[in-house]
Amino acid sequence: MNYFPDEVIEHIFDFIASHKDRNSISLVSKSWHKIERCSRKKVFIGNCYAINPERLIERFPSLRSLTLKGKPHFADFNLVPHEWGGFVHPWIDALAKARVGLEELRLKRMVVSDESLELLSRSFASFKSLVLVSCEGFTTDGLASIAANCRHLRELDLQENEIEDHRGQWLNCFPETSTALTSLNFSCLKGETNLAALERLVARSPNLESLKVNRAVPLDALTRLMSCAPQLVDLGVGSYENEPDQESFVKLMDAIKKCTELRSLSGFSEVAPLCLTAFYPICENLTSLNLSYAAEIQGNHLVRFIQFCKRLQRLWILDSIGDKGLEVVASTCKELQELRVFPSDLHDEEDNDTAVTEIGLVAISAGCPKLHSILYFCKQMTNAALITVAKNCPNFIRFRLCILEPNKPDHTTSQSLDEGFGAIVQACKGLRRLSVSGLLTDKVFLYIGMYAEQLEMLSIAFAGDTDKGMLYVLNGCKKMRKLEIRDSPFGNAALLADVDKYRTMRSLWMSSCEVTLGGCKRLARNAPWLNVEIINENENNDLMERNEEDEREKVDRLYLYRTVVGARKDAPPCVTIL
Amino acid sequence: MITEIEMGKAESELELGLGLSLGGGTAAAKIGGKPGGGGAWGERGRLLTAKDFPSVGSKRAADSASHSGASPPRSSSQVVGWPPIGSHRMNSLAAKSAREEEEAGKKKVNDDEPKDVNKKVQVGFIKVNMDGVAIGRKVDLNAHSSYETLAQTLEDMFFRSKPGTIGLTGQFTKPLRLLDGSSEFVLTYEDKEGDWMLVGDVPWRMFITSVKRLRVMKTSEANGLAARHQEPNERQRK
Repeated sequence: MNYFPDEVIEHIFDFIASHKDRNSISLVSKSWHKIERCSRKKVFIGNCYAINPERLIERFPSLRSLTLKGKPHFADFNLVPHEWGGFVHPWIDALAKARVGLEELRLKRMVVSDESLELLSRSFASFKSLVLVSCEGFTTDGLASIAANCRHLRELDLQENEIEDHRGQWLNCFPETSTALTSLNFSCLKGETNLAALERLVARSPNLESLKVNRAVPLDALTRLMSCAPQLVDLGVGSYENEPDQESFVKLMDAIKKCTELRSLSGFSEVAPLCLTAFYPICENLTSLNLSYAAEIQGNHLVRFIQFCKRLQRLWILDSIGDKGLEVVASTCKELQELRVFPSDLHDEEDNDTAVTEIGLVAISAGCPKLHSILYFCKQMTNAALITVAKNCPNFIRFRLCILEPNKPDHTTSQSLDEGFGAIVQACKGLRRLSVSGLLTDKVFLYIGMYAEQLEMLSIAFAGDTDKGMLYVLNGCKKMRKLEIRDSPFGNAALLADVDKYRTMRSLWMSSCEVTLGGCKRLARNAPWLNVEIINENENNDLMERNEEDEREKVDRLYLYRTVVGARKDAPPCVTIL
Repeated sequence: MITEIEMGKAESELELGLGLSLGGGTAAAKIGGKPGGGGAWGERGRLLTAKDFPSVGSKRAADSASHSGASPPRSSSQVVGWPPIGSHRMNSLAAKSAREEEEAGKKKVNDDEPKDVNKKVQVGFIKVNMDGVAIGRKVDLNAHSSYETLAQTLEDMFFRSKPGTIGLTGQFTKPLRLLDGSSEFVLTYEDKEGDWMLVGDVPWRMFITSVKRLRVMKTSEANGLAARHQEPNERQRK
């Protein structure tokens, strides 16, 4: 029963921001459903093919902010063909036609065209914020439309997109009257940048807090930018492989000293060691540091830098920092919450003394009590280390360990790493995301199914022995939303055991596993509310054109997801929807 | 072909050759070490396709292995999509290792040479466009060690295209044969100086250090690009 008028309830709902909570609210009663949906401003759609734009608009007419995700995660590693899908155009088109007052659009792994960006820029008068992550299909011409037409643009954030750089003058397209920018990130652009236009833009944007430039912005330009934007909180720098001369260095350091609000530093696709030292004055204020693209810089320089960063909460670094370097991090960065250590050398040449091992991981776990997220690439691991890490850090929410060599066992005992990962899931009761690697049998999945009660996303590669492994996970992890598996011997029995499980999951990816075409067809028949996609890009592409389909044929890549709008119409030839 | 017996042997050798070092024919070693997983894994060895790993697998790969330059054995980076690192990072790592190899090579030759400002090499994923096809593709140069495998990959990429909803046009009824000049299309590339060249004229290693992007061009349009037989020292930068 509602004892309050709708407006009051709506006002109360305004305080509920999390979309999960709002989804729950909408299930309480018809009346709450209506109030909630009419007042909802932000919508998050984890799979753009689970719903269509028309139904979205129908349900949420007051939509202001939309987040859409397209391609599955493994697209990041080239396992999904480029033409697979995830086109944003139909969404923008529908929103424009319905005259939705869109202000913010956040896209991840979607295909965006210049036409889409142009349409976006012309259709929404109050548009403020565009965030594109791992998208592709557009050029700097599209950016020019956004710059030119979005009068109230505050945020343009481009992260790791594939953008064809026409070396045009897109930065010039921001009108002189545009002064509202708070965030500008074009670090992924590969071409030249019009420095004069950039400097003018920054100079007339007093609210600019976040600026991330691309490699083409040289040191003297960076100095000038920082000088006219000392209010910056978040800075991404370019590429500085040459040591600066004395004068440039002094100017740079002076400019940096003035940026007392700076908390986050990134970029550095190359950085000469001396250049890095110019940033020492602000190190102690930094809460976030990303040096993971500086492949040339040696560990000792990294360590010297980090020694000053006592307030770091987030650190992304390369394994050239070494175990010793991680020990320094452990003793310096007591506020550390998130750590990512990326590989700096993929060639397995000589024993690389400077890479990281289980020793570094244990050191971090011992020294950083607030650590809750880790992504760690390493060449070797042991069960003992993982057990120690689990004891030290029961608060992990995200634990992603990638041992570079598939199937590598514990290097001291030659056993599988089942026990180590088992310890992690048992100790970390709040674990939501897990990636496993190394030599693993079905047992690790028994542990995961038994203990990982909050697990929502699991990534499996080269692991397990039989269908039992996958079944343990599907039966045990009640909160599983995204399961992605590659090169593991799971087949039809596991896939088909509990079809209703997929109602509670967003998606399942299986590539180079044992599932067959027949199994997938059976699944599609039993679960019409799923889209079961077979992706077959290789030699025998004419899967459907052969006269006899062999149902025992193993499926190269399977991607299935729940949807309320049936099979999509934009699938390319290499994708078959059963 | 990987037999069960070979699998068994490899199983007991947990340490050896588990890295994906693909020196002459030790493909079996890659999959070894998994208890009880022999038979099933034998077939799944097709992780590695001929397109990506010229020294392993199908006969086509075996052919090209014989005349490709001997690439140093690599490890986990040779499995498709492994390690799980985004392409932006992969490119930056590949560029770094290409630089290191160049440095190693240069050191032997001439230490006094002035540093080349443009020595940065973007080996890794480069864009490929084809005349008449709206959407470009990307190809990973790291995965190839010869023109033949690259051409085959491109052929598969574009030859297999059928008219679809996103504007890929044209259906090619005969193989493209990009390298021998006998077909309707030729493979060209833009080098770091911005010039468009025919692919195949220079040694492979020189090619990959100078290529910026590829284009499958209609032979009729490519006439102006008669192969330029420039001597290597003519192309030195300032």
